[in-house]
Amino acid sequence: MKAVVTGGTGEARPEESRYLNCIRCGLCLSVCPTYREYQKETASPRGRVALTRKGLEGRLELSPNLVEQMYGCFACMACNDACPVGIKPADLALSMRQIDEGRHPAKWKQWLFGGLVGHAWRMEWATLPLRLYQRLGLRRLAYALGLRRLLPAKLRDLEAMLPRLPQRPLRRVLPEVTPARGEEKRRVGFFLGCAQSLLFARESEAALRVLARNGCTVVTPKAVECCGMPARGYGRMDLVIKQARHNIEVFEKLDVECVLTDCATCGSTLKEYAHIFEGDPEWRPRAERFQSKVRDICEFLASIPLEKPAGRVEGRATYHDPCHLRRAQKVWKEPRKLLALIDGLEFVELPEADWCCGSAGSQLITHYETSWKVLDRKLDNVEKTGADVLASGCPGCRMQLQTGLRRRGRKVRSVHPVALLDEAYENADRKGAEGNVGENAAGGE
Amino acid sequence: MDSGLIDKLAGVVGKDGVLTTPEDLAAYSYDGTFAEGAPDVVVLPRSTEQTADVMKLAAETRTPVVARGMGSGLAAGSIPAVAGGMVVSFTRMNRILEIDPRNSTVFTQSGVVTATLQAEVEKLGLFYPPDPSSIKHSTIGGNIACNAGGPRCLKYGVTGNYVLGLTVVLADGRVLRTGGKPIKDVTGYNLNGLFTSSEGTLGLVTEALLRLVARPRHAKTALAEFDSLDNAARAVNEVLAEGIVPASLELMDQTAIACIEEAMHLGLETDVAASLIIETDGADEATVTREAEAAGRICRNVGARTVKVAQTEEERAGLWKARRSISPSLARKAPNKLGEDITVPRSAIPEVVQKIRAISQKHGLPIVIFGHAGDGNLHPNILFDKRDAGQWAKVEEMVREIFAVALAVGGTLSGEHGVGVLKRPYFEQALGPVSVAVQRAVKAALDPLGILNPGKMFA
Repeated sequence: MKAVVTGGTGEARPEESRYLNCIRCGLCLSVCPTYREYQKETASPRGRVALTRKGLEGRLELSPNLVEQMYGCFACMACNDACPVGIKPADLALSMRQIDEGRHPAKWKQWLFGGLVGHAWRMEWATLPLRLYQRLGLRRLAYALGLRRLLPAKLRDLEAMLPRLPQRPLRRVLPEVTPARGEEKRRVGFFLGCAQSLLFARESEAALRVLARNGCTVVTPKAVECCGMPARGYGRMDLVIKQARHNIEVFEKLDVECVLTDCATCGSTLKEYAHIFEGDPEWRPRAERFQSKVRDICEFLASIPLEKPAGRVEGRATYHDPCHLRRAQKVWKEPRKLLALIDGLEFVELPEADWCCGSAGSQLITHYETSWKVLDRKLDNVEKTGADVLASGCPGCRMQLQTGLRRRGRKVRSVHPVALLDEAYENADRKGAEGNVGENAAGGE
Repeated sequence: MDSGLIDKLAGVVGKDGVLTTPEDLAAYSYDGTFAEGAPDVVVLPRSTEQTADVMKLAAETRTPVVARGMGSGLAAGSIPAVAGGMVVSFTRMNRILEIDPRNSTVFTQSGVVTATLQAEVEKLGLFYPPDPSSIKHSTIGGNIACNAGGPRCLKYGVTGNYVLGLTVVLADGRVLRTGGKPIKDVTGYNLNGLFTSSEGTLGLVTEALLRLVARPRHAKTALAEFDSLDNAARAVNEVLAEGIVPASLELMDQTAIACIEEAMHLGLETDVAASLIIETDGADEATVTREAEAAGRICRNVGARTVKVAQTEEERAGLWKARRSISPSLARKAPNKLGEDITVPRSAIPEVVQKIRAISQKHGLPIVIFGHAGDGNLHPNILFDKRDAGQWAKVEEMVREIFAVALAVGGTLSGEHGVGVLKRPYFEQALGPVSVAVQRAVKAALDPLGILNPGKMFA
């Protein structure tokens, strides 16, 4: 995303060629999840590019309704990939959000993305009531008494989205350095993503175990902040810049050959830090050095010699491609390759695996109806595979998919592919001793 | 627009089927060209009955109605040419109603995407051949309105050759049903033919009964590269004279090849004068292969520099990817392009290409030439920047000259895009006053109020 940043909250006017060169062929309509649901040009990438152009040329007012069309984009980037001209409609929609945010700054965004999400410890405090709610049995009680029915449907879905949280935040529990099991072959950094480490902590632990088992000493700096994606999605590039600088500094101090993440979204943002510092002689090269080290955990594991898991995981598995992994990072063969290593796991390809699940960060909150339509199509496809294990490497997708599966009453467990790999390793270690998968095994819901 | 009419429209199609915000109207003000024209209201019906009721309201209020599919047209036929009208978009009429394998027909709503329809019938071993480059983002209704073609039409014919019957909402809201499942039908005028390629000026096509054929099980694709355009054109004629009817026979000139390679990095040789993509298909693999190899041999005999026959499905897909990406790749070279689709007698192709190149040189703006050489359908694309008034004046002059070249050799203005707004100034020159008078009479009989897509073709 090339953008010239000016002013406090960073108005970025996209270069003219980014919208002028759209030939309006319409190819992007065929890959857009929101167009598919509404069959309406205004909800299509080409429509958003046209509105961008007219808005920036002054032929249309940048009205709330125009800006809403930009927030209606799920940022899945399928249009970016489909466009034969190289227009990036999804990126343009983000630029337009940013321009609007610069003109009409919203206080809650400063509070949420600058104040809360910007500091890991505040997030940990903020989720304490939720952890207590689950730990003290209140959640079970609420379900048993049918209290959830008192909530409006939207809130009920949000409650259901919440996976079982760990007793203590992972950041507090993890050692700063996890030594390699046996001889150290590599020394790698690990970026603790907010969503993954707060909500799917056991899976991040599993990722560290898999790395250690395969000769990696893992350095996990606790000082990292949010990668910046939420602020970016809501048009606050100034906050993204702040967070990016901080994270780059944290990893510059470490002697690690790469920076790994088990979150598709964090990965996609960290790998684009250089773009943010376009034209900045000091930070641009530092960002480039940093981002060249970033790897998704699946991408990394598929590139090193891996110990073949001796244990089995029984089941029929399918895989959903997170947009932030497949589109943003072109990583899609790697997770499938890892799943193929696991004995007992029968793999079935998911129809339309690379279509958005409807999560798009917070679309289930902000665009409830559309988000559900997109999710329903995804769930229909999952059901077609007959799979009982649904793997995916993005916490946002995972929460969305779990919500949908639960609403449909489907016994399909959703899991990070690397957590499945860990399970296979752990099952071999435990074989004979306990005989089955215990509480320690990662896996989620 | 009268809010009473808006309410009545919402009463017919529901509130979510009537769009009136400035943003919605802006999104329905363009198609696949540079032209623009905003409606006052957009209506998205879901059935023939709704469309008929909408049309009745339009007739009562004398509101112009512009039919639209996915808006991928290349003649500005689906955007309003006069102020104050209604766009009726059929994208929500996207249900396939019946596939009848025993009679090889499909009955479909007109808003179904062509590629979707193809995929559905292919599951049953059937085949709907017309393949405009926009198959993934154009609708059956739009294809019928423009009588869309595509590469495969050399062997299989154009959209109109597959129309067995239509459901048409007439200008007064009555519903006309034409044709039926029988292949042969001479009871009355050929109304299917009348409405096909009428560009929404005679009625609104809401449903279509289409003929299908058996899906060819094998295809073989070859790429022949030539140092001379004349030789490439000769090869086209000699292949066809040999009795080989390839499914497609596509020509790309040097400008097109360079353009694709720059955009797609497919490894094409960019110093050749012209390339042909030749594809044979059919039920018998040996025949298909023999024909492709024979076509390759003929190309070599008339001086092709290289001939490659795709050995794998992946290689074949690569060749087609190259061909299909020409048009969009052009946009990387200039902000605007004007793609024409003149069609000339095959024998005149070398002469016409030379003359178009001369036009390009004379005016100093690039023209990229490619097309369906087998049926004489050429796509000269002029590259320019519309913001530069000087360039735009040149483009208009160049278009006029290109059309003159086509007409002089016995060709026609448009093979598959349609007339729309963009070719309207040349309509009478191409057809003569008698033909235009006959067409006006037909139009007056079917649309006496002149509310169906006014300002298009000749109206």
